[in-house]
Order: sequence, then structure tokens, then C-alpha cells
Amino acid sequence: MSHPLDLKQGRVEMAHGGGGRAMAQLIRELFLPFMESPALRAGNDGALLARPEGRLVVATDSHVITPLFFPGGDIGSLAVHGTLNDVAMMGARPIALSAGFILEEGLPLADLARIAQSMGEAARAAGVPIVTGDTKVVERGKGDGLYINTTGIGVVADGVELGGERARPGDHLLLSGTLGDHGIAILAQRENLAFASDIRSDSAALHGLVATMLDAAPGLRCLRDPTRGGLAAALNEIAGQSGVGALIREAAIRLRPPVRAVCELLGLDPLNIANEGKLLAISPPGESARLLAAMRAHPLGHDAALIGECIADPHHFVQMETRFGGRRTVDWLASEPLPRIC
Amino acid sequence: MKFVDEFRDGALARGLAATVAAEADPARDYTLMEFCGGHTHAITRYGLEDLLPRNIRFIHGPGCPVCVLPVGRIDNAIELARRPEVILCSYGDVLRVPASHRTSLQRARAEGADVRMIWSSLDALRIARENPSREVVFLAIGFETTTPPTAVALQQARAEGLANFTVFCNHVLTPAAIQNILESPQLRELGSVPLDGFIGPSHVSAIIGSRPYEYFAEEYQKPVVIAGFEPLDVLQAVLMLVRQINAGRFAVENQYTRAVTREGNLKAQRLVAEVFELRESFEWRGLGEVPYSALRLRPDYAAFDAERRFNIAYHAVPDARSCDCGAILRGLKHPVECKLFATACTPESPIGSCMVSSEGACSAYYSYGRHRAPESPA
Repeated sequence: MSHPLDLKQGRVEMAHGGGGRAMAQLIRELFLPFMESPALRAGNDGALLARPEGRLVVATDSHVITPLFFPGGDIGSLAVHGTLNDVAMMGARPIALSAGFILEEGLPLADLARIAQSMGEAARAAGVPIVTGDTKVVERGKGDGLYINTTGIGVVADGVELGGERARPGDHLLLSGTLGDHGIAILAQRENLAFASDIRSDSAALHGLVATMLDAAPGLRCLRDPTRGGLAAALNEIAGQSGVGALIREAAIRLRPPVRAVCELLGLDPLNIANEGKLLAISPPGESARLLAAMRAHPLGHDAALIGECIADPHHFVQMETRFGGRRTVDWLASEPLPRIC
Repeated sequence: MKFVDEFRDGALARGLAATVAAEADPARDYTLMEFCGGHTHAITRYGLEDLLPRNIRFIHGPGCPVCVLPVGRIDNAIELARRPEVILCSYGDVLRVPASHRTSLQRARAEGADVRMIWSSLDALRIARENPSREVVFLAIGFETTTPPTAVALQQARAEGLANFTVFCNHVLTPAAIQNILESPQLRELGSVPLDGFIGPSHVSAIIGSRPYEYFAEEYQKPVVIAGFEPLDVLQAVLMLVRQINAGRFAVENQYTRAVTREGNLKAQRLVAEVFELRESFEWRGLGEVPYSALRLRPDYAAFDAERRFNIAYHAVPDARSCDCGAILRGLKHPVECKLFATACTPESPIGSCMVSSEGACSAYYSYGRHRAPESPA
């Protein structure tokens, strides 16, 4: 038996991905204690899951964010939340997660342990076990510390039919909270914007909120989490899928003052900025009042608001009534203004 | 938010727009050119055309630094960037400007050229200090607003004796471009393009002051109102122009008194004069050769002049044939009148430079005003 891993001074070495004793030790001493689950502990090539009732949803997401640690979270918690949210946006109850790690030689084991712990805590808080995993190591200089891929499986109850193609003219658009917190928190940290140091990422798992919403509004048409590309991309995607237009009101969209200040200063449009703990819901008009009340009663939706409607438009444009009273197109982002935010 | 909300007040905007509607003569059109891309951006982003009466028409002028940079200069920059010893630094939008042979700085970077996007001229200095064995070239572009920071970088480089830093200077001058537009045959003789007044530059005027416009207003009998970039600034400037036009006046008025004086920023002007001198002529995209419209480094700074160090030879390159950027930059055409607009030419794959920068008229209309021209495809 070798010495235990040095979680204070040690670093990731090529052998940690080599399939030998060093890799087994890394998994046993670093990952397992934080990500305890019976399937993971069994140590097989895959996880055996009982067959659930209902239809299955699978979603996957790779995380390459720099910096690895940021106000409001880290790459580990983000990797859990991001995939759980993709599963939840299908109306599903997530039941299992996988985690694949690509580590760069030289990454401090202390950082890796902190990230593994944060991942384990996020999964436990969400009530979803990490059931299988994988670890590879690449040479120094070939990665940014680490990348994490997570895949989630969820179950959709009978009668729940959500999809971006289901929006109809007249449907109401509801947003669960403030915009831009994640993208601006990352940018502020990367660019050392001292005045924006109190902006925290909104990274959070939304499946609890989604369950509440499905109870309140069984006729819900579509959910989407406005991550990369922001609300503008989410709305344009749905408009295209459903063949409708959308009209939103700038005055109904909430921004935290420091987020707004950074957007003003750097000339960024908050509608293009990524979020990791918000959702856009499309509901038939008759159910939106009840839906909004249910969202506001949930801690992750207390700033929820009705922000606009779907409209008939053969060109599928998304438009916004500005605070000023005029209208403008809300377009996709033309190029990537913020590299590596998720 | 303090100091921002005051200039975005919807109720004030509706009040100003109602005054414009009450005072504008319904029997005539008011054709106003906003010179600056910043104004174009504000007009489209806040939907100002929805608030104003239909006979107030905006012509979007050439005040977008990325848009007026001719293809030949981008070709020069790409040639420089492809030299193995060179690190080429520039502001973000420049990287996407289409150059000859379907290339761009961004594409050159993907093919291995060392091209870096920077936020400030001082970032280029830092890169030069950090890479003493490489040649760091700052591709400097912009109007009078971005010229002083380039001058500061050059002074600092000289003070430090930074031998591996040079500037490829493409700084241009606003008054020369306005005069060129006013002297264009379409405007002066044919009268095919009506132009009743100018919304004058905002930040540029903070540097050069309002005095340089007095000559145009007098000589060409066109009113100029210098305006800030906030939407209320633009509305107030429109009202001031309508009043001048109704009264038959053609004065230079200053709406943007919180930043602009008649004399401008004398310290910045002195700084620029120490480092730069006038070029006899410079090519502008859309306007062609414009006399005394650009700056180059003074002989004192020859050691920091990329054009001298790398013997850059300029070759003018015509625009893509079906692209109407030239006509759009002179106000002869509206973006949606170009055949390529939103079809072959989009912000993702721009053909003309007006589609590249967010201050370009085509990009502003594509991103914020496309719902107004639904005949073009989504």
C-alpha cells in the first residue's frame, strides 16, 4: 500500500490517469469520499439503475470555465447544476448523474479535492447521486486545469409535454429572476473589476422549482434555461422552433444594480449574458397567473415576472418594447464576447 | 442607476417627441445625418424612430472607425501579422473586418498568425514588454477619441526605450470626412440626397471642441447640433435641429454641454500634435481618397512607425461589387436597400464593413431594427 495522497501539496500526475494503482488511489481517496453513492462505490465499469416509471430524458454538458473558482460557485457545482437544469427543462425529475474529468498534469490536488467536494455537495443537495465517472489526465499545457463533462438522466411524468416547438401566439413569457449574474460575475473576476466584486453567479439546480411549476400549471408549454447566449438566444431559439414571434418589455426584466453597471460600462447587452440558475417559462395565458404565484413562492423564483408574450409573426422576430417606448429587435449574439463562461 | 437613468427617461422622451411632432412642419421632410455610429446605435437600440414623426428621417453617416478602414489597410495588417516575429494587437471588431481573398485578421489568427485582441493601447505596451524577442505592432484605428490613448502609448514607449513596439497608424479626422460628404456631387449639385442638418459627434467633440464645425455650418448652410450618445440627448438634438431648420438658421449648437466646450480638450489636442502630423491624403472606405483626413507619426517618432519599420506598401482594393457600404456610408442608401443586407451579409459572415462593428449602420439595423424591414428574410 502506497502513502496516502498528499491533498495539501500534491499535484495531478500523468499516472493518475494511467489506469494503474495511482488512478485507483485517486478515485478511492479523492473522489469517492466526496461523491459517495452505492453505484459508484461498487466500482464497476458502469452503473446499474432500476428501471423507472415514465419516459427518460438524457442530457449532457461539458464544462470548460476559467477561472475554476468564482463568486457563487466553482466548476464542480456548475457541472452538476448545468446538467441537472438541462434535464429539468424537459420537465423531468433527475435521477442520476455521470461525471467525466479531464485533468491537466500539475493541477493541485487541493484544488481538485475542493472541486470534488463541491460537486458532491451540489449533487447531494439536489438529491441526485453521481453514479458513474471517468478520469483522464493530459500533459501540462494541454488543458486549463480541468474540464468536467456531466450527463444526467431524468424521468418525465405522464402528461408532461414540454418543448421549444409548443409555443403559440398569445402565450405568456415568464422569467424566474434577475438576468446576467453568472456571466458578469465571471467577467468581473477575470477582468479584476473591483467595483463589481459583490456580484455572485446565480448557479443553482432548478428541478425543484420546475416540479413546483408543473404542479401549478400542468399546461406549461416550454422551459428553457438562458445560459450561453442569454435570454436573447433562448427566445430566438423558441421563436424559430415554434414558428412564432415574441414581444418582451424591457421594464419587466430585472437586473441587479452592479450587473447593470458592468453592462453599461463595458457596452454589454444583459439579454446576451449567460445565466446558470434562471429559467424562461412559456405558459398558456390562462395558467400564467397561477404559475407566476407558484414561482414567486419558491426561493429560486421569488423575483419571477411576466416579461412578455408570444405573437404571431411569420418572420419569427423577437422584439422588445424599450423603457423608452420604442421597439427594437432582440437578436442572437453575433460573436462571443465572453470566452469560457461555463 | 444614477447618471444613466436620467438620460433614458421614457416620460421625458415622449414629451420631447410630442414637441418635435408639434413643431415639425408636416408638409416637409427633415433629413438629418448623425455622423457617429454611437448615435446610430442609440437610435436603433432605443427605437427612437418609433417615437418621432415619420417626416424626421435619419441618414447614418460614416462615423464608425471600423467601417471606414479601407480593405487595403486590413490587407497590410494581415501581411504584418503573418510575419513570424510579429504580434499584432488591435481592438476586437477590427479582427472580423473582411479583407481581400475572403480573409480577415481573425482567419489569419486561425491559420497561425499571432493576433491579439486588446482593450487599451497600454495592453499593447505590456505585451511588448513581456515579449522582448518579438515585434509588437499596435494596429491603431479610430477618430479623434482614440488618438490620444495611442499618443500616450507612443510617448511611454519612447520614454522606456521599448525597441520592439511600433504603431500601424490609421487614425482619421472627423471634420475632413464631414466636408467630403458636404462636397459630394450628389449633395452639392444634383441635390439627389437631401440633407437638412447634422447631429454632431459626441465624444469626438469632447476632444476637438465645437469650433471646427462652425466653418461647415456657415459655408454649406447646414445646422449642426452636437449631441451626447444617450437616447434623450439624440431626441433633444432633433428638436434643436427642427427649430433651426424651421427658422432658416444654420448655427453650431451644443446639446452636449456636460462634456463639450467650444475649444475642446486642449491637453489632449497638444498631446496629439506632439506625436502625430497630417497625411496629405488617406483612403476611406465609402468616401475614397480624402485630403488631409488622417494622421501619421511625426519624424521624431519614426522609430515607432510600423509603416517605416516594415516598409509597408499600400495597395487600394475595391469593395465587393454588390456591397453598398460605400453608398450607405455617404448616406446615399439605407442599409435595407442593399441587396446583400440580411441575405448574404450578416453579422456572422459580414461582406461589408458596415455589418462588422456594432456601430456600423448595417449591423445596428440588423441587430435592433430588422423587425422594421420584414421583407428581408429572418
